[in-house]
Amino acid sequence: MFKILKYSFYDLARSRWSYIYFLFYLVLALVLLFLNHDLSKAVITLMNVIIVLVPLIGTIFGVMYYYNSREFTELLLAQPIKRNSIFLGQYLGISISLSLSLFLGIGIPFALYGLFNSAAIWDFSLLLITGVFLTFIFVALAFNISLRNENKIKGFGYAVLLWLFLAVIYDGIFLMSLILFEDYPLDKLSLAGTMLNPVDLSRTLILLKLDISALLGYTGAVFKQFFGTNLGLFISLAVLFLWTIVPTFSILRKARRKDF
Amino acid sequence: MSFRIQYGWVCIAFLFFQMNLKAVEVCNSCPISSIQKGINTALSGDTIWVKKGTYKEFNILVDKPLTIIGLDYPVVDGEDKGEILRIISDGVTIDGLFVINVGTSYTTDYAAIRVVRSKNFTIKNVVLENLFFGIFLEKSSYGKVYHNKIIGDAVDEYNSGNGIHLWYSHSVEISKNIVQGVRDGIYLEFSDSILVSENISRQNLRYGLHFMFSNNDVYSNNEFENNGAGVAVMFSKKIKMNNNLFKDNWGTASFGLLLKEINDLEIIENVFENNTIAISVEGANRVNYFNNTFKSNGWAVKVRGACYSNLFQGNQFLNNSFDVSYNSRINDNLFEGNYWSKYSGYDLDKNGIGDIPYRPVKLFSYIVNRTPETIVLLRSLFIDIIDFSEKVSPVFTPDELVDNKPLMKPK
Amino acid sequence: MIEITSLYKKFNKNPVLLDLDLDIREKGIFAILGPNGSGKTTLIKSILGMVIPDKGEIKVFGENIKRTSEYRKKIDYLPQIANFPSNLKVKELIKMIKDLRGNTERDLHLIEQFGLEPHLDKKLGNLSGGTKQKVNIVLTFMFDSPILILDEPTTGLDPLALIQLKNLIQKEKKKGKTILITSHIMSFVEEMTDEIVFLLEGNIHFKGAIQTLKKDTQQNDLEHAIAALLEKNNV
Repeated sequence: MFKILKYSFYDLARSRWSYIYFLFYLVLALVLLFLNHDLSKAVITLMNVIIVLVPLIGTIFGVMYYYNSREFTELLLAQPIKRNSIFLGQYLGISISLSLSLFLGIGIPFALYGLFNSAAIWDFSLLLITGVFLTFIFVALAFNISLRNENKIKGFGYAVLLWLFLAVIYDGIFLMSLILFEDYPLDKLSLAGTMLNPVDLSRTLILLKLDISALLGYTGAVFKQFFGTNLGLFISLAVLFLWTIVPTFSILRKARRKDF
Repeated sequence: MSFRIQYGWVCIAFLFFQMNLKAVEVCNSCPISSIQKGINTALSGDTIWVKKGTYKEFNILVDKPLTIIGLDYPVVDGEDKGEILRIISDGVTIDGLFVINVGTSYTTDYAAIRVVRSKNFTIKNVVLENLFFGIFLEKSSYGKVYHNKIIGDAVDEYNSGNGIHLWYSHSVEISKNIVQGVRDGIYLEFSDSILVSENISRQNLRYGLHFMFSNNDVYSNNEFENNGAGVAVMFSKKIKMNNNLFKDNWGTASFGLLLKEINDLEIIENVFENNTIAISVEGANRVNYFNNTFKSNGWAVKVRGACYSNLFQGNQFLNNSFDVSYNSRINDNLFEGNYWSKYSGYDLDKNGIGDIPYRPVKLFSYIVNRTPETIVLLRSLFIDIIDFSEKVSPVFTPDELVDNKPLMKPK
Repeated sequence: MIEITSLYKKFNKNPVLLDLDLDIREKGIFAILGPNGSGKTTLIKSILGMVIPDKGEIKVFGENIKRTSEYRKKIDYLPQIANFPSNLKVKELIKMIKDLRGNTERDLHLIEQFGLEPHLDKKLGNLSGGTKQKVNIVLTFMFDSPILILDEPTTGLDPLALIQLKNLIQKEKKKGKTILITSHIMSFVEEMTDEIVFLLEGNIHFKGAIQTLKKDTQQNDLEHAIAALLEKNNV
């Protein structure tokens, strides 16, 4: 598996797209820092951008990589290598290289602006952790979609749709249902709704850091326990982890049965 | 007035004379071994020196102008039996006592030090612990409560008292005190012309500062931190609040500052940081909010209705979850020349003022008012989209509520 | 060496292999022939474990291949379309496959034989179809495995390279390997192979020597013999 990982990673490390992705984050971070002169404010803006963009880029990259490397995958399949190793290796290769682009792209400008001597370093670490989680989750989801769709166009379509759904539409439905059922106790429902969407989950992690004073304004006891203690942080991280693990297993399960 | 000044001078001269003439010494092994005995033997204007030791006394009555000074903080232990020190004479100074164990009662407000119908009193350098009420000023005036430390261990509101309590008192200066762990840190009722400055009031069960029906008061350079509900100002007028810090007041019904039925207030250069609601306003008119800083609050200003002719100028709104929240479409308040960290406009003519107005009320704040659980959707892209469409054509939020001169840079 | 019993596979609802039995015990070169869609590639991919059969059993050297990958060390496979990661250089690809399968020195000779030295530092994405196929051949033949499976090996090759490929195959045959080939070029098949496995509609319709086939169908060359075989079955 590590050999496959190594080669996928090298392959991507040399691809134009990794650099574009890296440069995009570099420029974004530089512009934000240039405009704000304030690390913590730039971190906040970046957070808003990252929870939407990282999933999009992860999805598109995942799908693109899968379809582009199909023949290569077939070449590997004829070698004495386990299927699990091939797909896990490719999945980790792309996730790690994307995470690295993100990490360096926003890490370098912030480090130059004196991140390490700033109080924003914790928020920034959280931002990176969230970004890495989202990358892994959405690449895994993209692999699942492409494994199930031979047609490249279809696969792309589903992937973008999935992103659109989780990043925007889901919250719309979520909001509507909360307003519709406002006469009932909703705190459990609203937390459950958050857990079911990795984008919302990452957003919650960010809320815990930035908007805790607003979150504590709500009366529900479950809410209070969730947001008022470290419970919320741990549960969110645990569920994000689950969101990474489950699609990964799904990749392996599907790959084991698929014909090439 | 001139009479009063003269009276004061006479008093001081008299005291000075007396002090040289007679000083009463109280200590555990002295002939006078209790403070009450000391008071009884002293003449008006005498100074009583209370030496280090423990004095188990309660219901001590100070009925003549005296200066009572503790040396190395003698302990006055009330053994939970009731009130400890009661002042019923003008011109009394209490300095440097360590008063503990005030009795708790559900019918009588026992205090560590109570001043009743007296003038020209000074209470300073006193430390109070394990108390019910701390310093209780009843119908008293022209006094000073200075540099005291009140440390309570209150758990429930119903059986705890207030740190510094003023009732029908006026012209009193309360400064440099530290009050914590009581019900209300500083409480004022029907008390006018009070100066409250440089106090620290924190970790109190209910309010850091609570005042009702009190007018012409000034609050400056105080710190109100991590109190149950914050600072409440109700049914009062002509109040000046400046340079205070309101911090970390977190919780369901918690706020930095609550204004209710208030007229003619000046709130200037205060800092509100990390509060669930920085300022909650209800029925406040002609209030000027100038140059305050609102930083990382849940809601910076939450207007609950019936607020007229309020003016927000030169304030800084930094990274609050919600800057301004209204529960109606009616607005008679003016926002102008504030800095909003969420402002994304431009300044082509380089005059430091944004060229497009800023709209501080978001549709989402309206939704959260209605269905509080929707707060979990804060910062969602979907919410940004509906906020944007509301910004373009306001339907639910007051459409004339804009800052036409938003600042480009924080001060 | 390769034993296939009642192999059944369908894609969606189209059956491709219908209870196919095939037993290849001898050494030599076998051509797997059949019209388009007869299941040639599916058969090969099943042997390689790339297609998972619905039913049936495949044994390679007596070992059931289900859920294992180790047996593929004994098989060298030349895939039909050679599309490699375009960012890799030829050199790197060869190094990588070696890294994955184990070291070998045979590649040096093969590279020389097919004149690939000038291309070693080029990226695979920039190579022509024929050159890619040459790289493909190097990758396949550089390991010395007892079974060789070649899917349309002649695609895109120039005459010189074709001759070299033929020599190479003959050489491997002499070593006593079992070689499976699919091809549409009948002259190539006739020249190279000993036996023919003819697939039609998911089953084997003929298995035997080319001579036997010609005799059975009373044709002089393979192309016509195959055509006759098809005609017979359509009627």
